[in-house]
Amino acid sequence: MQAGETTVANVVRESIRRIDRDDLRLGAFLSVWRESALSAAQALDALSASDRRRFPLLGVPVAVKDLFCTRGERTTCGSRLLESFTPHYDATVVERLVGAGAVIVGKTNLDEFGMGSTGEFSAFRATQNPWCQNYSGGGSSSGSAVAVAARMVPCAIGTDTGGSVRQPAAWCGITGMKPTYGAVSRFGMIAFASSLDQAGFFANSARDIELLFHAVAGRDVRDMTSRDAPPESPESDSGRPLRIGYCPTGWRGNIDAEVEHHVQRSIEHLRHLGHQTVAVDLPHERFAIAAYYVIAMAEAASNLARYDGVRMTSRASPSGHEPPTLSEMYAATRFQGFGPEVRRRILLGTFCLSHGFHDQYYQQACRARRAIRDDYARVFEDVDVLIGPTSPTTAVPLGSQRDPVAAYWGDVFTVSANLAGIPALSFPVGFSAAGLPIGAQVVGPWWGENRLLKLAAAFQDTTDFHQRKPAL
Amino acid sequence: MSAPYEVVVGLEVHVQLQTTSKLFCGCAVQFAAPPNSCTCPVCCGMPGVLPVLNARAVELAVRAGLGLHCEIARRSRWDRKHYFYPDLPKGYQISQLDQPLCFQGWLDVPAESDQGASRRVRIARAHLEEDAGKSLHGGTVAGQDVSFIDLNRAGAPLLEIVTEPDLRGADETRKFLIELRQLLMGLAVTDGNMQEGSLRVDANINLHVDPGGRNIATPIVEIKNLNSFRGVQRAVDYEAQRLYAQWQSDRIEHRPGNKQTRGWDDERGESYLLREKEEAEDYRYFPDPDLPELELDPNWVETIRISLSQSPAELRCELIEQHGLSQYDADVLVAQGAPVIEYFRQAVAAGAKPKPVANWLMGDVANLLNERQGSIAEFPVTAADLGRLLALVDQGHLTQALARDWLRIMVSDRQTLGSLLANHSREPVDAERLRQVCRELMHANPQAVAAFRAGKAAALGPLIGQIRRAIPNVDPRAAQNTLQQLIRELP
Repeated sequence: MQAGETTVANVVRESIRRIDRDDLRLGAFLSVWRESALSAAQALDALSASDRRRFPLLGVPVAVKDLFCTRGERTTCGSRLLESFTPHYDATVVERLVGAGAVIVGKTNLDEFGMGSTGEFSAFRATQNPWCQNYSGGGSSSGSAVAVAARMVPCAIGTDTGGSVRQPAAWCGITGMKPTYGAVSRFGMIAFASSLDQAGFFANSARDIELLFHAVAGRDVRDMTSRDAPPESPESDSGRPLRIGYCPTGWRGNIDAEVEHHVQRSIEHLRHLGHQTVAVDLPHERFAIAAYYVIAMAEAASNLARYDGVRMTSRASPSGHEPPTLSEMYAATRFQGFGPEVRRRILLGTFCLSHGFHDQYYQQACRARRAIRDDYARVFEDVDVLIGPTSPTTAVPLGSQRDPVAAYWGDVFTVSANLAGIPALSFPVGFSAAGLPIGAQVVGPWWGENRLLKLAAAFQDTTDFHQRKPAL
Repeated sequence: MSAPYEVVVGLEVHVQLQTTSKLFCGCAVQFAAPPNSCTCPVCCGMPGVLPVLNARAVELAVRAGLGLHCEIARRSRWDRKHYFYPDLPKGYQISQLDQPLCFQGWLDVPAESDQGASRRVRIARAHLEEDAGKSLHGGTVAGQDVSFIDLNRAGAPLLEIVTEPDLRGADETRKFLIELRQLLMGLAVTDGNMQEGSLRVDANINLHVDPGGRNIATPIVEIKNLNSFRGVQRAVDYEAQRLYAQWQSDRIEHRPGNKQTRGWDDERGESYLLREKEEAEDYRYFPDPDLPELELDPNWVETIRISLSQSPAELRCELIEQHGLSQYDADVLVAQGAPVIEYFRQAVAAGAKPKPVANWLMGDVANLLNERQGSIAEFPVTAADLGRLLALVDQGHLTQALARDWLRIMVSDRQTLGSLLANHSREPVDAERLRQVCRELMHANPQAVAAFRAGKAAALGPLIGQIRRAIPNVDPRAAQNTLQQLIRELP
């Protein structure tokens, strides 16, 4: 496009053509911005060649998880409650993408409010994995991952509270990164668990993610928890052999043999590329899932208190007598508006913060979180990055996960990075016998994104897993 | 006979800070603006938006905390306090629970008279929090009963000041609040406007009864949302009597957990039950993950400490010890606010004696300000001019009555003392010239002279006015005497 060999409009038209062709079956999108994407593309095409060079993401079609607010465009969070919510402000991420020349082609499907790991808790429909019919594309950023895996868009934005970018990236055979907490503004990103939520990125290669990340990262005055990367942040380490830690006690025995096999092979491949691997110990890792779910649910219960039917959402009336009392209106609105997983988490989160249980659950979880963070701080004095599986399994068939606690255990390898606030990246390392993708996760120290991106790029320069496409 | 019990009071005072914008967004804080006109996605609790702390509110809170002799926390934290109510848009209020910005201070309730001693009230803490919106009940739309929500106030910055239960009785409670309001207004922390809700009080009350030498505490009652000094005083008095009657009938003592929350109906002069402890709300506090810990630079706090204006107690002390005023005069002057004290100082510096300046500020100047509904800042006569005017009186150049006249002229004609002096000699009036003016006026107004001779003393009033216009520096009493004398000398 910069060279003038094709136009932005052509690229955007092709993206929308693929969405129109495949998405009826895959269910990755909740809204497709046909007109506005095309007019944005034409506006970019109308610029002079020198003006176009100022846009690092010129004409790149991007899909955005429907949890980011978009001015004048419906933002549902995958929830009935926000089915007709149209914000009059853009999320900072959206603003910066557009400012860098990207063209947003639509908003993607998700588990309601980001709560779920299979996409099945979307109030609208379950997204399909493009590699295998009736399999889950992961979650909660299911639509963004599937849109990239099915080559409907080259890249997409998601959110990652406990693995919601990395796990769907692994299940869909693409690359996904959750940056350091605070690296990307949360303004306009509808909150699930504010101390864990981070915007994340999907693409087919680590190099594409690097472009996206640098276009949107950096302090935002509208988010007091956002920061610029410190000047002394870990350097990109280009070329230097890294000390790569892995924690075999953490995952052996808990995962599919096929997943373990391919992750082991990826470690061998990295060794072959000249990196050194060492076994490390993360003694508090075993508390991660419990700590994560207590904190995430407590914060979710608080963040979702604002959906009370008084403003901005539909208001339900309980059947029976008229007029309802205030509490009856609250109860009806929230019971009818929220799906089962959101309701479960609000109830459990409220319980964890209640008088008499606060110390036992919430405080205890915060103590575990500090211990986990301290483990990572200590480990990163010795190693440059950590590696392991992203998810214990490959994609699961839709409808197969009935037990919520079993589903929660699926996040066992991803939640720690959110608890500690450190960056983590999932990249494709192989396929199961059934043809389902397998991902490995590299985790870095605070502000170590470049190190993860370079390592994954080096892997991708010497393998082709990331180039394989599902047959559509 | 004194009451057979002691009334113990602790207060929670919500003070609205005088910022231009809200605590966590840029919306204006404006009383009586059209409903919901001062709102944005942040204070409406819309999805995805985040709070951004107003540094000015922190500065005002620190200033108040220092004025209350509090420790200022180097690190304090924000907590979410949860409850559902339509005028609380996020379903939680951002407040400070266990790491408040200010803690462990005190404020003295001033002494009753020159002889009395002041009483020290400990301040447990003072923390920042956001206000809720307003619910307006009792409206109808299309025949349906409805309530309206106005979120203009939602997110306005409040400082909640919590005292220890050190106050004794309604009168002392009222005096404490007056002192607190004066202090905070003097620090320019709040406008102190109680009608507009800038100062709202919750009072915790119980009794210490002493039947036969055993000091017993009755259960505590909290009265919510008192918004006038008189209301506080009446509510504490009422509640003390109600608690004593209750105690006499049930003999239930205080124990943790048997606190009752009541409201106050000012029209009926009665409190009413809001809730018993058993129904107490569980606010499910936890640290707000959207806001980093508030870390203050100790040097910045010191800069604020140095810039603090004097407290009312310090001002009173100055007036009494340096200027020799009485406790009463000092109380009245300080109650008029720091600008009046500064005016006082400048007038004294211009050569006047303190006591007359105080008298004039409490009398003529206060009256003139009242008539004009203005503040001392808008008063047309400078402090230096008032000081010089009173010095002239003191030196015998002007009578008190003439000085009063001159002050009115300076106010009404916006004249300086200098121009008045230039126009009108302050030399004693020439007696012959006065007699000459009187004679001319008698000649021109025979009816008035005749009326006076027929016994109507008031008939000379207009003539005296004319004399004063002709000879502005004449003493009105001298004018009157001369005129009457000349009339009596008529054949």
